Amino acid sequence: MSDMTDQEKQLVEWLADMREEEALPLANKMLLEEHVDPMRVLELCRNAMDIVGKRFQAGEYFLPELVLAGEMLDKIGAIAKPLIKQAPGAAPSKLGRVLIGTVHGDLHDIGKNIVTFMLDINGFEVRDIGIDVPVQTFIDEVKSFKPAVLGLSGFLTLAFDSMKETIEAIEAAGLRKDLKIMVGGGQIDDAVRSYTGADAFGTTAITAVSLCKDWLGVAA
Amino acid sequence: MNAPAAEGASAAYDARWQRILDSVALRQPDRMPVMLYATFWLARYGGITCRQLMYDYEKCAELSERAILEFEPDAYTPMLFASACGQALETIGFKQLQWPGHGVGDNQPYQYLDREYMKAEEYDEFIFDPTGFYLRTYLPRVASAFEGFEDLPYFPGLHYMRLVAGIRPFAKPKVREALEKVIKAAEEIGRFGKHNAIFNQRMAGLGYPLTNGITSVAPYDFIADYFRGARGMMTDLFRHKDKLLAALEKSSIFLLRQTVAQAQASRNPIVFIPIHWAPDNFMSDQQFRTFWWPTFRKMMIGLIDAGLIPMPLWEADCTKRLEIIRDIPAGKCIYWFERTDMVKAFEVLGDVVALRGNLSSSLMTTGKPAEVDAEVRRLVEQVFHKGGKLILDASFGVPDETPVENVRAMFQAARKYAG
Repeated sequence: MSDMTDQEKQLVEWLADMREEEALPLANKMLLEEHVDPMRVLELCRNAMDIVGKRFQAGEYFLPELVLAGEMLDKIGAIAKPLIKQAPGAAPSKLGRVLIGTVHGDLHDIGKNIVTFMLDINGFEVRDIGIDVPVQTFIDEVKSFKPAVLGLSGFLTLAFDSMKETIEAIEAAGLRKDLKIMVGGGQIDDAVRSYTGADAFGTTAITAVSLCKDWLGVAA
Repeated sequence: MNAPAAEGASAAYDARWQRILDSVALRQPDRMPVMLYATFWLARYGGITCRQLMYDYEKCAELSERAILEFEPDAYTPMLFASACGQALETIGFKQLQWPGHGVGDNQPYQYLDREYMKAEEYDEFIFDPTGFYLRTYLPRVASAFEGFEDLPYFPGLHYMRLVAGIRPFAKPKVREALEKVIKAAEEIGRFGKHNAIFNQRMAGLGYPLTNGITSVAPYDFIADYFRGARGMMTDLFRHKDKLLAALEKSSIFLLRQTVAQAQASRNPIVFIPIHWAPDNFMSDQQFRTFWWPTFRKMMIGLIDAGLIPMPLWEADCTKRLEIIRDIPAGKCIYWFERTDMVKAFEVLGDVVALRGNLSSSLMTTGKPAEVDAEVRRLVEQVFHKGGKLILDASFGVPDETPVENVRAMFQAARKYAG
């Protein structure tokens, strides 16, 4: 943060410390009154989210902080993005693509949303295709998005079979080569990983991030 | 369905129930109790769809009885109430669940819809007058039979001739229609309740106690799941901290009163309380100590003081909470753990509560009978035979997809290794 102004440091600190009532008015003032480059404000937000992610990984922050951080980011983004007048040049490079969705039959999304958020702030390009996703939709999305990693989420025990079916169908479609598959959710353990044929499993967003980093050769 | 005269059934009932009471009181039972908790697994067991199970009281009762007589559990959960509720949900127009034929497939269990059922700006109204908020706002939101209650009069303040004049809204077509629907729904739910009661009487006559007559909820989970939704609740910890704490305090009082009254009416002291928001990953230690635990503890003490036995089911992994939730009177509760390591739970809580669980869902659904047997043996050796008052069950009852041979293995192993 050495190249930041005091005001910029303040914004990053307030966002990272969950001080929404102070951070949002400051961001609005910078964008709407002082006409700070919206790309710069979004970059500061990313810096703050890096800190949030690190605190989450360190066990200092939990789900409530991630959810609030996501909402603060959305609110600032809603004001900043319309102010971007021209293409800002190359978008920040992403580490790799991750496709994620809750398998068919299961309507749960909290865990999946947290994983999506954590992967996003860790630099991955994430496509979240929602809940109760049919097998064919996963196949179509793998073909079009060409992810390096596929994350299958599920909370109910019925998800075990849905995950297995999805992975088998992806293999049958010849899409498994070069694709790593992780399964995650409150009931998932190594027995489920083995049953479904996934490469790895996790019960937290932190595991999802470290799996993706390992697979894509990103230094932790 | 009259209860058949079964010789010795009464003694068997008493022996089973005593086993559970001994465990709760931290006395050594004559053998390790083992429970049968099943919802949609009954559909698999009986070769019918989840939808059929939800809509056919007789079939659900038949399968429940067949399972109870096959496995001979020390107690069973209210299976009809948890499973055969399709008609009840339909007549009340329940909006918080999707169930077979209503949003999910015929062979899928019902699923709760996590939504914002109360807006943040409605906290004040909820705290000031929860009954009024229920009548005019919450009930129409969560069940269509109540749509029309928005026009009910505002009762507090009605007095003398203004009270007489104040009831005019009851004649409004919308209110009249809603009342008719609610009465119709109540009649159907009455029939449902009667089937439930008859089934339980029949099982008692055959020697099998019901684990719990009623369920309840922790104040935090009540507000998070059924009012604010997950996202709203998590941001309330920062944005509406004081109002949330006030709502939790208020809720703990009426939840306690309601739970005590219902448990006493059910004549069963055990109160099953599924716990959703306590897991280690869901909030910090400080947040847990501030928002989650105090009102739940207060409620548990109130239940214990009323002679009841709280049975919280601590979902997911609650290892980091064990020292905190230890702070209750000894010999009064059953703590059911889903993914918390049972040996660790025994080490921390073995002198305070009976423990229930916890064969994992993955083992039950994807494992082999020999693996189930080995896991029961491990729990018996490391908990029950070391003095832990273990009540054996799967981590959240029998998962819907469990092969029947794994359920047989669980019960057989319980008898083999612990009486």
